[in-house]
Amino acid sequence: MNFRGHTENAGEWLRGSGPHADVVLSSRVRLARNLAGLPFVAKANRRQRYEVLESCRMQILAKPLSENTQFVHLNDATPMDRQLLVERHLISRQHGAAKNDMPRAVAVGSEETFAIMVNEEDHLRIQVLRSGMQLSDAFDQINGIDDMLEEKLDYAYSRRFGYLTACPTNVGTGIRVSVMLHLPALQLTGEIDKVKRAARDMHLAVRGMFGEGSDAQGDLYQVSNQTTLGKGEEEILADFEQTVVPQIINYERQARQALIRDRGPQLDDKIWRAWGLLTHARVIGTKEVLSLLSHVRLGVNLGRIEGVDTRTLNELFLLTQPAHLQQHSQEEMDPGARRIARAQLIRQRLGRV
Amino acid sequence: MNHKCDECDRPATHRAVDVVDGKKIPVHLCDIHAAEHGLTGANPHLPVSELLNNFVQKHSGADTQSRSAENLHCESCGASFAEFRESSLLGCADCYGAFEGPLSALMERAHEGGTHHAGKVPRRAGVGERRQVAMRLLRRRLEDAVQSEDYETAAQIRDEIEGLA
Ligand SMILES: [Zn+2]
Ligand SMILES: [Zn+2]
Repeated sequence: MNFRGHTENAGEWLRGSGPHADVVLSSRVRLARNLAGLPFVAKANRRQRYEVLESCRMQILAKPLSENTQFVHLNDATPMDRQLLVERHLISRQHGAAKNDMPRAVAVGSEETFAIMVNEEDHLRIQVLRSGMQLSDAFDQINGIDDMLEEKLDYAYSRRFGYLTACPTNVGTGIRVSVMLHLPALQLTGEIDKVKRAARDMHLAVRGMFGEGSDAQGDLYQVSNQTTLGKGEEEILADFEQTVVPQIINYERQARQALIRDRGPQLDDKIWRAWGLLTHARVIGTKEVLSLLSHVRLGVNLGRIEGVDTRTLNELFLLTQPAHLQQHSQEEMDPGARRIARAQLIRQRLGRV
Repeated sequence: MNHKCDECDRPATHRAVDVVDGKKIPVHLCDIHAAEHGLTGANPHLPVSELLNNFVQKHSGADTQSRSAENLHCESCGASFAEFRESSLLGCADCYGAFEGPLSALMERAHEGGTHHAGKVPRRAGVGERRQVAMRLLRRRLEDAVQSEDYETAAQIRDEIEGLA
């Protein structure tokens, strides 16, 4: 597999650029598709899964989806490589962890702007990633990919239910649009739960990017649509991009201004303590890193701290994860050794060796 | 088991009971007529997992109707409705037809009242199908416009619908 060289950098989607990059780290659009005439993945036997894999592989590689599309058979990949792909958001945790002898794959486009999982929950899960708030661009690209694949692949489709998916919560358009949001101020002011409730009332799913349950480490949240049937793609996209997400961005920005206004010294203290720890720690775990990075990132976006850019911080969210860290050090490490290597990598990246 | 809508020829996707002169009369309606009778759009704010749970509870009860849903099988892949309850995953494309009755209610609640596809249509499905979906979307937008008393937009959409028909 060829991602090893890439692991010194994050994919295109963590560049730290794009509209509203102070709050929106990245945008993602995903389409779920299945081939007609074959059972869905969970009910398919080995032979049928191979049939799906081969049909999709041939069509994906026959089309000019990107300059250099890589097709990775996950059943041949090492656990470390699979973990790298999970950390880079190119495959789901579930796809990385599935039984090894089950034929499944991922196709990754140049610059990692798209990834197509084959034989995950659905035969095809196409996703496009962009940095910042660029959902419309992401949708245009994914729609083009879908058109090209559809030229030869016969999709399971019904008049009433649209694109048929293994789980009926994805049926219809099969589309999931999501953004990764950095919401540290809403967390600090304690308004985050209110926002989460409001988002759920608008039929959105809100999840922490890292960590389990309600505690979103690094104050990073993924917000996505849930309704896929009865609305068109453009309508789903427009609701999300023009109404829902701008509202959340606004709440976060207001909370940031309120913090500066009402609790300026305490805010600066948080930011500078985080900076102090990141640049001087010798042993550090992921959970603490995520929380400190979050506060420094907030400081950079508010102009309270200088000499470090958002891109470097975004990349550290990724590069300090276990598989990336081991890849960087070129060796397998136990958690204790990782904590030392992690602290060192951070000091290097922040220019304080 | 497969009833037609009491008001038109479409398959019934909703059942209810009317009480007339103290007698219970079963009512079978399609999506459109169910909406007219106010049978749809109940609590659109349930998250999906909760929804599945409610659904599962409702259909694991002891009454005969739910038992009949439990016993449904898909002839193409052999999946049972009980398996779907366990995993929330269907076995194949034909499961949608095999379980259409119980699935319809579930999907409508999972999709904010959405019952019919209104998005992209694969090229091979043909021009006729694409026009139908476009119509469906326009009719829905028309309803929205009328509901929000935006008569200007409503008039525009009406023109578009006539253009398509
Ligand atoms: Zn009817
Ligand atoms: Zn089936």
